[in-house]
Amino acid sequence: MALDQSFVGRSYPPTEPYEVGREKIREFAEAVGDANPAYTDAEAAKALGHPDVIAPPTFVFAITFKAAGQVVADPRLGLDYSRVVHGDQKFAYVRPVRAGDLLTVTSTIETIRSMAGNDILDIRGEVHDQNGEHVVTAWTKLVARGAEEA
Amino acid sequence: MTAQISYADVEVGTELPAQTFPVTRATLVRYAGASGDFNPIHWNERFAKEVGLPDVIAHGMFTMAEAIRVVTDWAGDPGAVVEYGVRFTRPVVVPDDEQGAVIEVSGKVAAKLDDNTVRVDLLAMSAGQKVLGMSRAVVRLS
Repeated sequence: MALDQSFVGRSYPPTEPYEVGREKIREFAEAVGDANPAYTDAEAAKALGHPDVIAPPTFVFAITFKAAGQVVADPRLGLDYSRVVHGDQKFAYVRPVRAGDLLTVTSTIETIRSMAGNDILDIRGEVHDQNGEHVVTAWTKLVARGAEEA
Repeated sequence: MTAQISYADVEVGTELPAQTFPVTRATLVRYAGASGDFNPIHWNERFAKEVGLPDVIAHGMFTMAEAIRVVTDWAGDPGAVVEYGVRFTRPVVVPDDEQGAVIEVSGKVAAKLDDNTVRVDLLAMSAGQKVLGMSRAVVRLS
């Protein structure tokens, strides 16, 4: 079933702040096997010009995807999440996420399309820090596959 | 931000050092915990097969995280990445054995852009199949 086009452009209220912790960054870096010292050693990060350890580029997805859950779970939109797969993902960084950040996400539905029986939804998540500064934008394309023939 | 590669030293076609990343079931369990993505298709073979997959598959975001390492290890400073995007074209299937799967990632400079930035196009393969499409990063060099 095609999704309601009137949801295009709709923004959802900013999420509660997520505090980026040093140990969470370390855990993520270890999980992807990435030994770059900028993720775990504040001195190494400072030598590169960062005020504290930074997070790997895709770390922020956990935060933006949780925020996108507001959209996905909106009963008025009517997306069948059991049929959803992740199509595309993109990030544009103003600066890297770093330890101590308090990040809020504002999600907006950018486009809704119907193609070959699938619903395709583009969600943009704007991530800001505790000073209101823009940190990163994440674009997530979700594809809800059409119901299979019985 | 301090990339260790100089903009002046790269040309369109410059190849980044390729890398291979092993993925076992244990890798996926660990990534699930670190990322908070506990979708059972990434750890439960029975569930994965019930929904029509050949076996447990890696998180797309895990593959995305590995692929950008070719860029961040080259640039030195992960904070030099300005943009990064991928399309998830095929799943990385991870069998339940000691070897698991392998993701092979290569990259080359596709364009020199303004402000000391370059676009790197990445190629990510597993079991002979391309697993990411349109995989591109813009990185600021020194």
